[in-house]
Formats: sequence, structure tokens, C-alpha cells
Amino acid sequence: MPTRSDVERFLLPLGTAAVAVGVWALAVRLSHTNVFPSPLKVLAGLKELAGKGVLWRYVADSLRRVATGYLLALFLGVPAGLAFGWMPRLASAFNPVIQMARPISPLAWMPLAILWFGVSEAAPAFLIFLGAFFPIVVASMNGVRSVPAMYLQAGRNFGLGAPRLLARVVFPAALPQILVGLRIALGIAWLVVVAAEMIAVDSGLGYLIIDSRNAGKRYDLVVAGMLLIGVIGLLLDILVRQLEKLKTVRWGFQQESA
Amino acid sequence: MGVRVVTPAKVSIRDLSMRFPTDRSTIEVLSSVSLEVKDGELVCILGPSGCGKSTLLNVVGGFLKPTTGEVLIDGQAVTGPDPRRIFVFQERGVFPWLTVEGNVGFGLFRLGAAERAERIAHYVKLVGLSGFESVYPQELSGGMKQRLEVARALAVNPDVLFLDEPFGALDSITRLVMRSELLRIRRAEKKTILFVTHDIDESVQLADRVVVMSTRPATIRRIVEIDIPHPRDLSSPRYIALRDILFEEIGLAHKI
Repeated sequence: MPTRSDVERFLLPLGTAAVAVGVWALAVRLSHTNVFPSPLKVLAGLKELAGKGVLWRYVADSLRRVATGYLLALFLGVPAGLAFGWMPRLASAFNPVIQMARPISPLAWMPLAILWFGVSEAAPAFLIFLGAFFPIVVASMNGVRSVPAMYLQAGRNFGLGAPRLLARVVFPAALPQILVGLRIALGIAWLVVVAAEMIAVDSGLGYLIIDSRNAGKRYDLVVAGMLLIGVIGLLLDILVRQLEKLKTVRWGFQQESA
Repeated sequence: MGVRVVTPAKVSIRDLSMRFPTDRSTIEVLSSVSLEVKDGELVCILGPSGCGKSTLLNVVGGFLKPTTGEVLIDGQAVTGPDPRRIFVFQERGVFPWLTVEGNVGFGLFRLGAAERAERIAHYVKLVGLSGFESVYPQELSGGMKQRLEVARALAVNPDVLFLDEPFGALDSITRLVMRSELLRIRRAEKKTILFVTHDIDESVQLADRVVVMSTRPATIRRIVEIDIPHPRDLSSPRYIALRDILFEEIGLAHKI
């Protein structure tokens, strides 16, 4: 017997997805379109790609680019955000630059990225870095700023100097907010990689989509690529959300887990 | 060259005033407060909400600089927070990212692992949290979190404890339990305690002396000695008489 939570967690979403696919299939059949592919054609397209061996290579390429740009953003963005949050003067100095650079879509940097890095691995990684860096910085900075004064006061009371206070109070207290930033940034990174691959390189899921359209209007492969991007994006999000279950940060996500 | 011989006070507050500038004027929060607290004494600072008694505690604890006046502890001017005197907040002051053990051991980073483990075990037991060593505060009740914070404070072996309405967020039954726990712990660990509260009963149950503060700017209206031996009988005539004195002093009619 499925329990109520099983129904809510699995059966309902799967049922909705099945209905959506059904509506899609029906719409294709009723409209007699010969451009837009049916679900079965998309499945056949996926099989074809997997058979040629390019599918896994493209997925791996996209993931590698995301990993490069994202990890770079993580290792630079978290310390930068902590520093901005901890030193209000530093934040005041950099804030105008950050606030101005933040709304510039990473895609607007594309011409410069290609100018600097050419058609190479570095260009998409750079764009992903830009897309992920700012949300990580801002989340880390806000995380530090919203550490309750009581924690800082307690830390100082026990004789902690600035480095210890940062490591043992400020960072752990800000960590839940930093994780939220990391999750948002990963979503953005996955959005950016697809766009970057449409222009700056000749492999990856973004390239698959644009190439399938340009070389023979293979819309079955276009939709297959889109679905793949969606599924992998979902998996990445589930992966990063596992971090929120760590015991040292779970207190920060009380409302969601309770 | 003292004229008279006095026992040196543990904490001596001398002519303390505190003014905060606001947009238009300045607000005077404390006005020439002077108080001496003896070593090992439990003094309750009693006053209406917002009267500035927490500000007083923060100045004594070294977290705020007074506008005028000074605080001496063991004859030395207080210039900042110090692990020899620990501030205990309401139970929200425990670190939620650390287990019970982690919280109790928080201030013990200068000790070796063996001594640290020993102290943690001792204070976890003292406050009655044995068996909860690896539990996170989120899973503890309000009263247990409060015990945890007291244990964290005691673990660094301070000689003064500042408690700022520590039981204010607890339900009334837990509050009563916590008071007798505090008195029990106090018997085990002789500390000088400054305890801020707005609860008249709490002050009569706990204190050696109750310092009654006025409304803002806070001055000392009166100091009442609670001369009832422990354990205190809450229905004894003396208890009720002292409580009535405090009710009167705070300006409350004791009829409702």
C-alpha cells in the first residue's frame, strides 16, 4: 500500500508528467504537424544519438565545462563574499562594481570571451564562472551580514580572535545561506552552458541543439537535447540539495524540512 | 590609604551613565548607577522591560562602553569581553551548527584533547544532558537549550556569570525547574552571578540581593536583601513580605 507521502512524492508528479507527454503526443497527432516531433520520435532520436556515441560525450563535455566554471566561482566567490560581509568598508568599495556587473547577462560577455579565449574550452567556462560568481558572492556576503549579533558576542566572549571567530562562528552561521546561493548558482551555470555551447564551441548539449537544427532541421534531436538538459538540471539540483541535509546546516532549513 | 577597611568587591560599578545619540537628541539609558557585588554573590537586577538593565549588564560584561563611569572587576577596569566572565543569553545563544558536546567544548580550544573531553563530560552531566552529547540543539527543548548554554559558560570556568533574562522564553513550569537547577549548579560551582530579570518572583527566589531599577533613565531605586535561607519556602510570610516590598517598589498594586 503506498502511503500518503509516497503518493505525494512520486505518484502525483509522475502522473502529471505522463499526462503532459500524452497531451504532447495527442497535439502532434491532431495538428498533423510534420515539423514538431512526437514523443516516440524524440525517443528514437535519443537512441540514435546514444548509438553514435556522441550523446555521452556531449553530456560529459557540458558537465565538465559547468564543473570548471562553477568550481572556480565557488572557490573565489565564497571567500570574496565572506570578506565583503565581514568588512563593510571593503563591501562599500566594491559594491557599485558588483551591482553593475551583476545584471549584465553572462551571454553579453560572449564576444569578449571569444576574443580572449578563442573557440576553446576556456570561453564557456569563463561565461559559467561569471554567471555563478555573483550569486555566490552576494549570498555569502548576506549570509555573513545576517549572522545574529548574539553569536558574535558569544564568540568574542569566549576569547576568539578574528580568524577563529570567522572560522568557528561566522562561517558556520552563514553556511545555510551560502548553500542557497550555491544552489541558485548551479542552476544559472547550467542555463549558461547551453547558450555558451551554441556559439563558442562545437560539442556539448547546447551545440547538439543548434547543430541538429542547422544540419537538417532535426527537431526530434532538438527536443531530445532539451529534455536531456532538463533532466540533468533536475539531477544537479537534487544533488546540491543533499547538502542541505547535512546536520551542521539543517537548522538553517527548518521550515522546509519540517 | 583607605580610611576604612572594606572587603574588596568582585564587581564594582562606579557612577555609570549611558547615553545614546539619536537623530534629534540623546537618550539617557543609565544614570549614575553605582553597585558593589561581593565574590560569590547572586544579585538580581530587577526592573521593568526596556528600563536599561540589559544595557547595564552589557556594559559590565565589556560589550558596551559607558558614556561616563567605570566598571572594575577584581579591581581592574573592564575594557572588553573576557572568558573569565561569561554572558548567558536566552536559549537562542547556543550554536545550532554544533552538537551538545560541540557547544559545551566551544570555549575550550586552548586545552588539550583529554582535558577538553573531561570538562565536556563533567558539565554535560552537571546540567543533566547526559545521553544527549551528540544531539543538535534543534532537537532539544527550550529548557534543555538553556541548560546547554549554562554548561557552555561554566565549562570555561569563569568567575562571573551574567545572565540576561535567561529563562524569559521558557514556559512557567520549566522556568521554575530551571531556577532550582541554577541554585543547584550554584552550590556546585561557586560563581558570582549578575542576573537580569523583570520577574519579581524570580528575583525573590534566586537572589541574595535584589537591585530594583527605575524606568528610563535607569537608576537604582532600592536594594533589597533577601534574607531567606535556601531552600526557600515560597509560601513563607517572609517570602511574601519581601515580594510585596518589591511589588511596591516597582510600582505595582498586588491585586488584579
